[in-house]
Parts: sequence; structure tokens; C-alpha cells
Amino acid sequence: MSYLQIRHLSARLVGAKDRLLRDVSLTVERGQVHGLVGESGAGKSMIGKAVLGILPQSVEIVEGSIELDGVDLLQLSAAERRRRIGAHCALIPQDPLTALNPSRRIGPQITDRLVQILGWDRTRAETRAVQILGEVQIEDAARVLRSYPHELSGGMRQRILIASAFAAEPKLIVADEPTTALDVTVQKQILKLIAQMQARHGTALLFVTHDLGVVSKVCRSLSVLYGGMVVEDTAVRPFFAGPQHPYARALLAATPKYTDPLASLQPVPDAVIAQVRQEVKASDKGWFHV
Amino acid sequence: MSDLFEVSDLRLSLPDMARKPLLGAAPRIDILKGLSFSIAKGEILGIVGGSGSGKSTLGRAMVRLLRPTGGTVRFDGLDITHLSEAEVRPLRRRFQMIFQDPMSSLNPRHRVGQIIGAPLRLHGVEGVQALALQALDQVGLPRDFARRYPQELSGGQRQRVGIARAIALKADFILADEIVSGLDVSSQAQVLNLLEALVMDLGLTLAFISHDLSVIRRLCTRVMVLHHGKIVENAPVDEVFSRPKSTYTQELLDAIPLPDPDQPWI
Repeated sequence: MSYLQIRHLSARLVGAKDRLLRDVSLTVERGQVHGLVGESGAGKSMIGKAVLGILPQSVEIVEGSIELDGVDLLQLSAAERRRRIGAHCALIPQDPLTALNPSRRIGPQITDRLVQILGWDRTRAETRAVQILGEVQIEDAARVLRSYPHELSGGMRQRILIASAFAAEPKLIVADEPTTALDVTVQKQILKLIAQMQARHGTALLFVTHDLGVVSKVCRSLSVLYGGMVVEDTAVRPFFAGPQHPYARALLAATPKYTDPLASLQPVPDAVIAQVRQEVKASDKGWFHV
Repeated sequence: MSDLFEVSDLRLSLPDMARKPLLGAAPRIDILKGLSFSIAKGEILGIVGGSGSGKSTLGRAMVRLLRPTGGTVRFDGLDITHLSEAEVRPLRRRFQMIFQDPMSSLNPRHRVGQIIGAPLRLHGVEGVQALALQALDQVGLPRDFARRYPQELSGGQRQRVGIARAIALKADFILADEIVSGLDVSSQAQVLNLLEALVMDLGLTLAFISHDLSVIRRLCTRVMVLHHGKIVENAPVDEVFSRPKSTYTQELLDAIPLPDPDQPWI
């Protein structure tokens, strides 16, 4: 059963001719983890933002649908869309340093959303905040809730953001490169934590990353993007056994693998780039929108 | 083969401004706690460690951007530990640095040609333009890039400009501090191949600082693992990966997510 279904989604800069997202279709199953992989500029974060309704104003969706539990978000009024996304979706952002407001205590930063968007009363929201911090192994939650972000370590702040994402029991979480800024040992702890929380709460996860190593550890299925276009959409096991698309194959060969130093970290051949660019161009043929 | 760098009992401490009392000196934190090692000519040494392990500080102390508080650093037999900036300057053309973030280490108001030529002009070298163009050739960028500005280039191309600037002076030693960590995997591979070829062709000695052991395995001949300002491992690359001596190295290796769903990991 799918929870999130994106069909033929195209987006462009307002007024521009070229598309940033090109006919993107993908599915996230209920309670499953789907990876969105690509290099910088491939459009992976943009898809996450489109789902959460937080695209910059300069980007417009020109075609397609984003169905959440069978309801097309793009057909709803702005207020209704906001309410629905707020109630069922959440984000784990990339950078724990900038994602928290430095001038406010942690507590309200977790509870405000519960109170304002979900209409919980404040006591219930505060109880929930203590409980969810416990779940991400933060002891003395009461003290942490009264702290300001700068009083806490980077790893602690990342845990708080994870807890905050799960606080309202969302059905879908978009994780946008949540471990990119961390070093490997901390990355492992954080990924472990996200995987545990995801399994315990049965949340569907759209996991945006550029690291195929991370995908192989946390995802069940994945989409590989190039130039805003999905070039391969498949389950994790067949993908790592042998990607179908030449670009996906080249991307996997470029991924570092210390157990296989000679076969990994291969540059993507120019011919492969030329071919995938050709495909992107071809997809623009016959695409017309005023 | 003789040693280009000899470092013994290197110590460095910095004032901890976060704990500075209103009046009086800030307490000092020890960043480097007595490091001893050497780098042979023609070697590619990988320096690895988690954040806060002191790897960047070590690099900066070696090229004397920081002044060590104890121990000695010898470069090609010469003790450079406590030389003044004026005394170090003539030596600087022999050791160059490539920085992590090519966006902030390349002046956005200067054209690529000027950027690569700047250290040449500084050291009063003749024929700046010809040498700058030659450096562009060596890093595989077209010559007309000399007229472009850094922001017109992709991340991988910018990092090549950083490399061109470092090799234009025909330095003996290059320190590369996390130079591929901001790049996409495809450009990462290209930059690593380029560095490897340059080391061979120009007879460079390279210290490559990285938090990524996979990248180090691909490029380096020897690996030094730092943990809390101490060397916990210093051995040829194959040895470190097949039989790591320290538990911290093993921990780092175990934490790397390989692109392989069958690796037991979480």
C-alpha cells in the first residue's frame, strides 16, 4: 500500500522555459524507507520540498500530482494543504546548527507545532515532548527543554530534531541529508537512531542523500535522479546487484568503497554524462506549457 | 629516500576563549599532544581522524600557519618550528596548501588567471602568465578558463583551480585539507585521479587530510590516524586496512557505510 504517490511531477522557475523537475513519478510505501539519490543539482531536495509544500516562491509546479494517502495535495486550497501536511508529515533537516532558532528555548520549538497546527493543549504537548526526547535517549529531558540550542552539542541537537519530527506521529517524514555534515562515527549513531524510530513508529521515510553507502543501509527502495529526471527507480537489492541505467551504474562505481579500492571511486565517464543529458533533452521534446 | 618533513614531539595549545575569565588569560587547551612522525620524499600521507581530532591543526602547524608551542618541525633538514613569518616566507614557495572550501579560498573578484598567478607574483617569478596557463593545462582545465571568475565554475573545476595555484610554484610539498569532502562523488573521483597523476609527474610529496578512510585508501601510500590530538596509528595503507592496530581505527572502519546491502552495519 502506497502512502505517498508522486505522478508526472514537473516544476520550473517561475517564467523560465526549462524544467527543474522533469516528469517525476515515485512511490513511498506505508512504513517503508525510500531513498532519493543524485548529485548536487539533481533535484532531490526539491522533491522533498514539493511534498512538504515548502518550495521557494520562485519555483512553480506546472504538472503532475502529489498524492498523500490518496488525496492530491495540489488540488487542495493552500490552507487545507498546510493543515494536511502539518498533521501527517514532518522534516528532519540537514543542518542541526541552523535548523533550531538560537534565541528560543528547545521546549517551545518542539511543542509549538503540536499546539498551533494540531490543536493540542500545552500540557499534553509538553508531556509528549518529554516522552519523545526519552525515546531518542536524551536523559534529563526537563533540563534540555529549558536549554537554548547553543548550550547543547551538535549530536544532541540532531537528536532533538529527530525527536521533534516524530513528536506528532507523522505518517511520512522527509529526511533531507540528515547526516551529511557529521563524521562517520556520529553518522552511524544518528542513522541507527532514525532507523530505530522509523521501525518503532511505522513511519514512511523519504530519505534524501547523495551517499549510496547510506542508502544501502537504511532504504528499502530508491530513485536515482539526474537533471530533475528519475533515471532509475528500483528496490535496494537489485540496484546494488547491478543498476540498469548506465548513469546509475557509473554513480555506484564512483562511490568510495575501501574494501575494493581499485574498482570504486571511478570517475563518471563523459560518454555516460552525454547520454543522460541527451535523455534529459529528449524528455523535454513534446513538453509544452505556457 | 630521505625525509622531507621530520616532526618530533609536536605540541600545540590554543587559548580557550569560551572559558576566558573577564580579567586575565584564557586557559589553554592542548590540541596536539606530542606528535612524532616523518614524511618521506614522494610519499602520499593520509591524515585521518574524527572532527576535533586535531588533523587540520596539525596541517597548519606543519606549513607554519600556526606556531607550535613545543617540539620541532624540520622541513628538508631545516628547523622551521620557531622561524618568524619573514624567515618562513622564502620557504613558502616550497610548501603550498589546497583548502577545503574552494568557494571561500578563491577570491570572487579575481579571474582564475590572476588567482593562479598571485603566488607567482608574490615570489617575484618571471613569466607569470605562461606559468599560470601551464598550471591550467596540468590540471586539465581549458586555457580560456583563465579569464573566468570562480563562481562561473563547478565545484570540481574550482577545486582544480586550487590545485593549479598550489602546483604553479613548483612546490615540493602540498598539504590538501579535506579537499574532496564538498564534492559530488563523480568529481571526487576525478580530483583524486588528478592528484595522483600530479604526484607522479611532478615528484610531489603530499599530505592529504580527510575524514574519509575510503578516499585515503584510494590515494595514499601511508595513513596516520589521529584521535584526541595523538597518533594512534601510523602505517602503510594496506596494513591499516587489513590489520588495524588501534581500536579507534577499527571503530572508524566499522562506521563507514559501504555501498553494499549485505554489510552488517546497523
